Amino acid sequence: MIRSTKSLRTLAALAGVAALTLSACGSSDDDGDKKSAGGASELCGKNLAFLGALTGDAGALGQNMVNGIELALKEHNDKNADCKISLKKFDSQGSPDNAPGLATQIVNDDSIFGLVGPGFSGESLATGKTFFEAGLPSISPSATNVTITDQGWTTWHRVIGNDDAQGKADAGYLTGKVGAKKVFVVDDGQDYSKGLAGTVKDALGDALVDSDQISVGDTNMSAVVQAVKSSGADAVFYGGYYTEAGLLAKQLRQGGFKGTFMSGDGSEDPNFVKVAGKEGAEGAVLSAPAGPAPSGFGATGLYATQAYDATNIFLAGIEDGASNGEELNKFIGSYTGDGVSGPIAFDDKGDIKESKIYAYFVKSGELDVANPEVIE
Amino acid sequence: MTVTTYSVHDLFGSFDNFASYTTGGLVYGAIYALIALGYTMVYGVLQLINFAHSEVFMYGTFAVAWTFVFLHGTDSASQSLGEALPILLVALLVAMFVSALVALLLERVAYRPLINKNAPKLIALISAIGASFALAEAMGLRDRFAKWVGLDDNLKDYVSPEKARDVYSNPVTINPHDLFSIGGYTVTDVDLVVIGAAILMMVALDQFVRRTRFGRGIRAVAQDPESAALMGVNSTRVVQVTFLIGGLMAGVAATLYMLKIGSTRQNAGFILGVKAFTAAVMGGIGNLRGALLGGLLLGVMENWGSAVFGSQWKDVVAFVLLVLILLVRPSGLLGEALGKARA
Repeated sequence: MIRSTKSLRTLAALAGVAALTLSACGSSDDDGDKKSAGGASELCGKNLAFLGALTGDAGALGQNMVNGIELALKEHNDKNADCKISLKKFDSQGSPDNAPGLATQIVNDDSIFGLVGPGFSGESLATGKTFFEAGLPSISPSATNVTITDQGWTTWHRVIGNDDAQGKADAGYLTGKVGAKKVFVVDDGQDYSKGLAGTVKDALGDALVDSDQISVGDTNMSAVVQAVKSSGADAVFYGGYYTEAGLLAKQLRQGGFKGTFMSGDGSEDPNFVKVAGKEGAEGAVLSAPAGPAPSGFGATGLYATQAYDATNIFLAGIEDGASNGEELNKFIGSYTGDGVSGPIAFDDKGDIKESKIYAYFVKSGELDVANPEVIE
Repeated sequence: MTVTTYSVHDLFGSFDNFASYTTGGLVYGAIYALIALGYTMVYGVLQLINFAHSEVFMYGTFAVAWTFVFLHGTDSASQSLGEALPILLVALLVAMFVSALVALLLERVAYRPLINKNAPKLIALISAIGASFALAEAMGLRDRFAKWVGLDDNLKDYVSPEKARDVYSNPVTINPHDLFSIGGYTVTDVDLVVIGAAILMMVALDQFVRRTRFGRGIRAVAQDPESAALMGVNSTRVVQVTFLIGGLMAGVAATLYMLKIGSTRQNAGFILGVKAFTAAVMGGIGNLRGALLGGLLLGVMENWGSAVFGSQWKDVVAFVLLVLILLVRPSGLLGEALGKARA
């Protein structure tokens, strides 16, 4: 797989070069009258890195991100023949165990000036220190665990709202819009899941009736179903990813649970419906700190727009004349702009200042990805 | 972080809850028991733990899923057990066939060459672990295999492209119907079929081993392979039949699992395999009735454990129970070997 994408990339690069020799290169005008790229930056010709899951259970999410990054790079390279930036992909399979070794490879690679990623919270926590010590700036399109930005890693940024915002919005949605009086919270014990479920629990206050934890890969949820039923809950919130979320939703419905099922961005994937089955998924609410891509956007999937925006911030930094990690990092910290995913500006911890939380619904047996409701 | 607020009093104060946890446990226990048969029989005959047996089961689950897609389409609109019964029966036969085939292949490729060379048991164990990984990863390649043979368009309903290692999305969604209640807990038709079918298969196998000529052969080899050979028992044949039966039972387990859960993945066998192996050891490895007892007991104890301590402690409860049983009865609950089963 790696081999085939490599040769594909070579082909794409060749095609790009051919296209460029034929077309006159346009001038860049992203940031108005700042220095033109024109080979000004020493970073021209170097690489951006991506670290995240490309294979494995969550490989589809990483693939979405790469699509966004490659779109941004292609647009940039088409315009700036003299300042091409390439992408080096590092496949962690989403695992915090694989990521540290890859992080070492990234920081030891002199041709890499920045990182879009890491994809998930667990791997972000496992690698943030390495990148911080090496002074390599990173922008994650998707890691949402709150504690990452509490570590003091000044090189770490994200263009997505954290779980704090999402959890509060989710709890507010359940108690407000749905009118749930008793909410049962379940998670799968992973960094992301515990973080999100924890925020939801705190924000629910008295409406939290009970909570439980399942393990990843487990399929027997009859005990949780029974606990939910005997708690008299009228809503269930699940923190975790779509496989277990789907199984839980299905088994809850089959067990006779009539209330609302809600989960977060880890479950916001059409596969949720496939796992749960149409009946099991019907009426489920899945939140995400990401809206649908604008129409005509050239990359699809959750996090593609965030990855595209993150890449563009790096590219804007290069056009601004940043020539090393430190200058890039300073540029990112003070960056403000309107990305396709929304307005972007970072606070001093590296969190995005303004984020919107969307609720997506399963209607008539399908996850309606085009018409979410803004819940915060 | 998660604080579970149940107490024994809350849960088992109500008989409804108790009955529900027990029934839920029995359903999974029945599936564990059927898989455990494969471990127990191979151990009885070869004194070998066939760690690849979990993959025999996993291939069965895919056979069920694909049969469903083929006969029913990918539309997962609900069906009751009654509506789905004809498809399920076909799926059952296909799963039994596929699992048995994988089991026989396993015996031929991973075990027979080693047994013929009188290799130490440890080598066979390593071969089993290797075969287990190879089979699981081979299933992970199914989308690429479809591409290689030029079938990816025709097969896109059968494999989910780019996510082959992921959950297989399938329409095996059976909506259970309530049948009757025990003390307020409603037993569904799916629960009843899973438990009933599992017990039926176990009884049938038990009778097969006790009453038929093949069964006698199996017992003879289990008891004393050399004497059995002197008496004219073809031990290679007996080993094959053992794997075959283990595979058939795994196919049944796979069908019941898909009936209850409805989705599978290439690593679905791992956890279930460990649990089934635990059930086999708990009941007394090498003992068929022990596998049934161990499986049901494990399923029920797990659910009770979840009820009392929270679901994250389920596996801990299961393994603590295993250790406790083995401390008191090192040979398992019914520690009588397959070979000693009376005719």
